[in-house]
Amino acid sequence: MAKITYIDHDGTERVVEAKNGETVMEAAVKNSIPGIDADCGGACACATCHVYVDQAFMDKVGEQEEMEKSMLDFAENVQENSRLSCQITVSDELDGLRVTTPESQH
Amino acid sequence: MGREGLDLSDANKIVILGGGQAGAQAIQSLRMGGYEGALTLIGDEPSLPYQRPPLSKAYMKGEFAEERLFFKPAAWYEDNNVELILSTPATRIDRKNQTVEMAHGAHIEYDALVIATGSRPRSLPLEGADLENVHDLRGLTDVERIQPQMIEGRNIVIIGAGYIGLEAAAVARQMGLSATVLEMAPRVLARVTSPVMSEFYEAEHRRQGVDIRTNARLARLEGKDGKVTAAILEDGTSLPADLVLVGIGILPNEELANEAGIACNNGILVDRDARTSDPRIFAAGDCASRPLVHYGRSSRLESVHNAIEQGKLAAAAILGKPRPPEDCPWFWSDQYDLKLQIAGLSQGYDQIVLRGSPEERKFAAFYLKNGTLIAVDAVNSAPEFLASKKLIMMGAKVEPDTLSDTTVSMKDIAAAAAA
Ligand SMILES: Cc1cc2nc3c(=O)[nH]c(=O)nc-3n(C[C@H](O)[C@H](O)[C@H](O)COP(=O)(O)OP(=O)(O)OC[C@H]3O[C@@H](n4cnc5c(N)ncnc54)[C@H](O)[C@@H]3O)c2cc1C
Ligand code: FES
Repeated sequence: MAKITYIDHDGTERVVEAKNGETVMEAAVKNSIPGIDADCGGACACATCHVYVDQAFMDKVGEQEEMEKSMLDFAENVQENSRLSCQITVSDELDGLRVTTPESQH
Repeated sequence: MGREGLDLSDANKIVILGGGQAGAQAIQSLRMGGYEGALTLIGDEPSLPYQRPPLSKAYMKGEFAEERLFFKPAAWYEDNNVELILSTPATRIDRKNQTVEMAHGAHIEYDALVIATGSRPRSLPLEGADLENVHDLRGLTDVERIQPQMIEGRNIVIIGAGYIGLEAAAVARQMGLSATVLEMAPRVLARVTSPVMSEFYEAEHRRQGVDIRTNARLARLEGKDGKVTAAILEDGTSLPADLVLVGIGILPNEELANEAGIACNNGILVDRDARTSDPRIFAAGDCASRPLVHYGRSSRLESVHNAIEQGKLAAAAILGKPRPPEDCPWFWSDQYDLKLQIAGLSQGYDQIVLRGSPEERKFAAFYLKNGTLIAVDAVNSAPEFLASKKLIMMGAKVEPDTLSDTTVSMKDIAAAAAA
């Protein structure tokens, strides 16, 4: 279990109890967090689940695989803390994670 | 916004027919869009709405928990006041009385109706097709039957080398089965892609140990004690089979609409708002034939993107909201460590340009028509896919020499076209 805070681009915060094993994207979608489209359902094929990860958690969210890296290379408004949330798996370690959603996923 | 058709913004009873990708999206978009009236889903499958792509990929392999397939947990439908009528086929649409009839005799009224009945696998018109262990691959219950038989060392025969058949072949090999793929056409993926891509995927599957047989004429399936044992080709070849997967295409579930007098022609005909010839009735997803704004024609599409987009279009039209963007069609397929991402529709191309190298398992095939980019097949090449989506929507003309030059980044190519 991990408490995850999703912050939208206006600054509104929403807290979700995420289960271990699901992804940060899935926890958001199941809890109707706006700002994450996740059109491909987590297949790392659509780049519509882009989030900015709180710096304090950058080393806990795991490494990016090649595919994710190259998808993000092309997304809009990418920063060095950009990740595809479908590629981050929830674990106890991520308790307290804060991610911000971009203004648009397209 | 210049939208045609009846104003339904005071609709208070909305019925969604079919709880797949498109139906689930319509429900979400209606509630997120502020619709507060009655919302009912009639679906003939027993489970909550779920996504199908993992069925021939990670879920089939047993690497993906079932609960991750569902778009929303049961509580979401309760919290959002969505009535779910599951395991219940709709049997008739009565347009005069604005009702939908269900198999158990009850009926339900609508002010607006969204038909999202999807498609069904074409059945094999051959002797032996009804033997035990001969399966379709469309729904969760199919995988429940198939998966226990995916046992190392067994023989699986897959009929049809489309994306679903080839994905299943990849999973079968990864699980240690002997896999044979029978394809009637001279090449795999013949209906959906170019010879370059067919050749690449054929070679890859052979390398992985799949016995791919193109130009294969299947005569019948043979069985013992009611269970399939072999696939027999017209030339007499007998291929041992412990299980058979049939993946020879799909047919749109348009009958309910057709019988109700709604215009259909290989799919329920809809306009850009997903509205059918009846202004209170919408159709979305695999069952609908829609205008393709980037191509100047109408067609059915069989993809997640299309189902999501049309679900959104229908919801917005019902609520009288601005029309959501119509993206260029896209699709993906995962086989082994190859991620194929497709943007656009390649039919009618007059030139193919390759970028990258198939040997390195990282390349893209661009399809041009009169110099305009109309589609791309990108293997392990996300930038090529993402850039092409944009270029196709712009109707951009791109120089073949620029496309094939890997020293020019896709970002620069897209930026140059936008300038
Ligand atoms: C194994 C598999 C893998 C796929 N992989 C990909 C992929 O990688 N990428 C991609 O983009 N697309 C993929 N697709 C295609 C994609 O899943 C479909 O295009 C999408 O599901 C279409 O959504 P839909 O809502 O139109 O239809 P469906 O999801 O099929 O939903 C229709 C629902 O309506 C129900 N229904 C039908 N008739 C009635 C009735 N009379 N009464 C009540 N209910 C009814 C059906 O049982 C079904 O539950 C795949 C499909 C399959 C089967
Ligand atoms: S959900 Fe599509 S890339 Fe993450």
